[in-house]
Amino acid sequence: MSRRRGVVRGATVVVLWLLLTACAGEAGAWQPRSRQASIVLWLFWVMLGLAAVVFVLVVALLVRAARAGDPAGVAGDAGEQAAERRARRLVLGGGVLLPVVVLVPLSIATLTVAASLSHRVGPPALPIEVIGHQYWWEIRYPDHGVVTANEIHIPGGTPVELTLTTEDVIHSVWVPQLSGKVDMIPGEVTELRFEADTAGTYLGQCAELCGLQHARMRLHVVAEPLDRFEAWVARQAEPAAAPEPGSRAEAGAEVFVEAGCAACHTVRGTGAAGELGPDLTHVADRLYLGAGTLRNDRGQLAGWVANPHASKPGALMPPSSLEPEELLAVVDYLETLR
Amino acid sequence: MTEVLAPPRRTVHQALDDAWSSPPGLLGFLSAVNHKQIGLRFVWTAVAFLFVGGIEALLVRVQLARAENDVLSPETYNQLFTMHGTTMMFLFAVPILEGLAMYLTPLQIGTRDMPFPRLNAFGYWCYLFGGVLLNWSLVSGSVPDGGWFAYTPLSGPEFSPSRALDFWLIGITLVEIAGILGAVELIVLLLKQRAPGMNLARIPLFCWSMLVMATMMLIAFPVVLTASLLLELERKVGAPFYDAAAGGNPLLWQHLFWIFGHPEVYIMLTPATGIVSAVVAAHTGRRIVAYPLVVAALISVGIASFGLWVHHMFTVGLPQVVLGLFAVASFAIAIPSGVQIFAWIATIWEGVPRWRTPMWFVMGFIVTFVLGGFTGVMVASPPFDGQAHDSYFVVAHFHYVLIGGVVFPIFAGLHHWFPTFTGRLPNERVGRASCGVQLVGFHITFFPQHLLGLQGMARRVYTYAEDLGWDALNLVSTAGSFVFGAGVTLFIGNLAWARRRGPRSPRDPWTADTLEWSTTAPPPSYNFVDQPVVSGRSPQWDRQAPAFDAQTLEALAALAHPHRGRREVVRTSVFDARPEAIFSLPGPSVLPLCAALALSVALTGVLVDWWPLAIGGAAGFGWALVAWLNGNGAHR
Repeated sequence: MSRRRGVVRGATVVVLWLLLTACAGEAGAWQPRSRQASIVLWLFWVMLGLAAVVFVLVVALLVRAARAGDPAGVAGDAGEQAAERRARRLVLGGGVLLPVVVLVPLSIATLTVAASLSHRVGPPALPIEVIGHQYWWEIRYPDHGVVTANEIHIPGGTPVELTLTTEDVIHSVWVPQLSGKVDMIPGEVTELRFEADTAGTYLGQCAELCGLQHARMRLHVVAEPLDRFEAWVARQAEPAAAPEPGSRAEAGAEVFVEAGCAACHTVRGTGAAGELGPDLTHVADRLYLGAGTLRNDRGQLAGWVANPHASKPGALMPPSSLEPEELLAVVDYLETLR
Repeated sequence: MTEVLAPPRRTVHQALDDAWSSPPGLLGFLSAVNHKQIGLRFVWTAVAFLFVGGIEALLVRVQLARAENDVLSPETYNQLFTMHGTTMMFLFAVPILEGLAMYLTPLQIGTRDMPFPRLNAFGYWCYLFGGVLLNWSLVSGSVPDGGWFAYTPLSGPEFSPSRALDFWLIGITLVEIAGILGAVELIVLLLKQRAPGMNLARIPLFCWSMLVMATMMLIAFPVVLTASLLLELERKVGAPFYDAAAGGNPLLWQHLFWIFGHPEVYIMLTPATGIVSAVVAAHTGRRIVAYPLVVAALISVGIASFGLWVHHMFTVGLPQVVLGLFAVASFAIAIPSGVQIFAWIATIWEGVPRWRTPMWFVMGFIVTFVLGGFTGVMVASPPFDGQAHDSYFVVAHFHYVLIGGVVFPIFAGLHHWFPTFTGRLPNERVGRASCGVQLVGFHITFFPQHLLGLQGMARRVYTYAEDLGWDALNLVSTAGSFVFGAGVTLFIGNLAWARRRGPRSPRDPWTADTLEWSTTAPPPSYNFVDQPVVSGRSPQWDRQAPAFDAQTLEALAALAHPHRGRREVVRTSVFDARPEAIFSLPGPSVLPLCAALALSVALTGVLVDWWPLAIGGAAGFGWALVAWLNGNGAHR
């Protein structure tokens, strides 16, 4: 007996430890920061509670059954019939009645939550277009003429409506603290609507296998107070500032065009108007490079431009063949793109 | 009711064995059609693939053991999880269940072989060649990397231009052909060849589950064959079925794939529950209670599973009403599953459980499968599925269902029927220990993955960032996977040891209720000397004499003396298993092997775009079929 108790105690400790570690780190769906993610977490706790009750019941019955083992109960035709009747009661009670009792409220809860999620109230949502690419996100604010990448800024407490499309394969937008995921399907337009209730930066991830670098197709949603968001969006709408005349950055701008960067990247306000890669008009303003692959600082930026495949093998941007001096010039230039 | 036959009368045995045994030597091996030989080939080939898929899984876990690990390149990682899923689904789980069905159902219903033995052999060779072709990609270097459900357009010609996906499509096609043929055989067998007296209400639950599985395969597999064919056409000749830019629709693939793919889950689960019913009855000494309810549950699961596929597509942007309907339908599947779970609990309660290895696997199955069922209900709820879908929560869920719900019952069955297969008993202590190690390893591996999924860890990522705090749980999971792997190796090692060195088994070591235990262990080539006749649901336990008129009994008795060395079996009516006729089955032939080989060559020609090879193979296939149809070997 005591040995068994020891096992139970040990198992409890292990489970508690697992639950504790589960709550460490960036907490995903466990720490919702929007109405939508909050009610989904509530629904999860309801389902988990029901499951726990049923699980305890099933295991208790199983243990009881395993220990019953009474050969006398089986003897004789009358005993046999009684046993079969008892058994049928258990099967109907546990196998039919119990699931119905649990699943009817669960169906109601599910449908209610689903209705609440698709409910459109309040002010018209801020429209944002998100376009999936292998392996990055193009972000557009059609009302403001802003094009950026891999980072969605939203005003807190205001509903936003993401319009999702894809340039190539299927991707899926998933920012667990703000919302469940919605796929981007070629030839279709899907939508995702939520409002963040707390300011913060929330990690997102492509959730549908989209090729070699599916893992490093990350997304950050920055929720901030309305005034800061408005300042951000106004800054983003402006064309790039010209680099200081005579600086290395100005030389970098030339390299940017001559070395072919401009064939894929746009820098608004300059001749660079490529459309295959992310818009770099305000790239220095972003938190990360390569869709969440690297922190955006000078060293990482130089490494990324020199060879994106060192950190993101399979990315469609080719390694560059710039001379060291040219590389530093380009990095200088990119750092002016605030 | 079956006469227990003392050592068969020598001359009778000789005559029957002459008619039914496969010829000796290599030619005999290649031409064998006996259901027991073919069934075991399926089983052991599938076990070999289990190890291939298991090693792939361990490599995946090693890569994920810590953040930013670089043991595997992203390319290799994508290939490994694709091959792991594909191998476990298509080359392990379904074939091993088919193999068990082929070996055991003819014995359980008291007949001598399956209705189309050569088709059986053809199916096995298709499976083997398909599996080899799929794994040949590992050697050739272009390994499929689009995931086991190969979503378009990622798997289409534009984004997967190499041959990798062609290996996948053609390998899968060959394996599915084997599945469809096996299904046809099992349905005809179980409806038309049951022992006289075995009416529908007396079919063992294992056989019922196989009948349901076969029917589902017959409906589901052609769908995925069609889907694969369309994709292969898109890849080879540019027919744009799934290409949105050219007027196709990538969601068509998802619908077709999941109309197959969801029933596929129950194609594995249903026979697994049949194994559990057989094991529970044998090891508690009690028939499964509420038999009509359990049969109704099996059939309703089979039907309902075709109406649930959209719950794999809750995030593609379908209308709310559709999601609600499929959600509630998916919840409802808990009812037939609950009926079965409680039927086993009640049977254990009313019976006298004897705690040998198969019963321990059944206990592990019930607990694990119930947990997987709960998470199944959770992900069937569209709002929650938005978070869980394509995350590690779902990875955890389906491993609970597929390992807990399918692999544990398969292992219970392998231990339980090992005496029938080999005449020897596996070691009990090692068996029980392997079960314990597997259970511990399994839960350490997969429980943390629920938590990781909700923390935001998406499925199929080859790495994750260091600052997320996911290292600890991933490391625990990886450690658990090695414990689990050790448990599986111990279990299979026990069987490998017992095959030659295990103690000789008595004829019926578990005092079980079904007919496979009424003959010798292993059974002779002809299964039974005298045609069994049945008067109840548990022929080995029933004491009533079967009611047949003298004339019928005389005709059945004559089956013990093969007429001109023919392979004669009795055909019975579908509902009440009245004897209708005696017919002869074809004997050994290498033509099934030739046909399967030629078909594989033809498909390989398509794969490598070398049309002479494709046409030559197709011609060879045609020749083999004509030769096959010309002389069916039923009359020697």
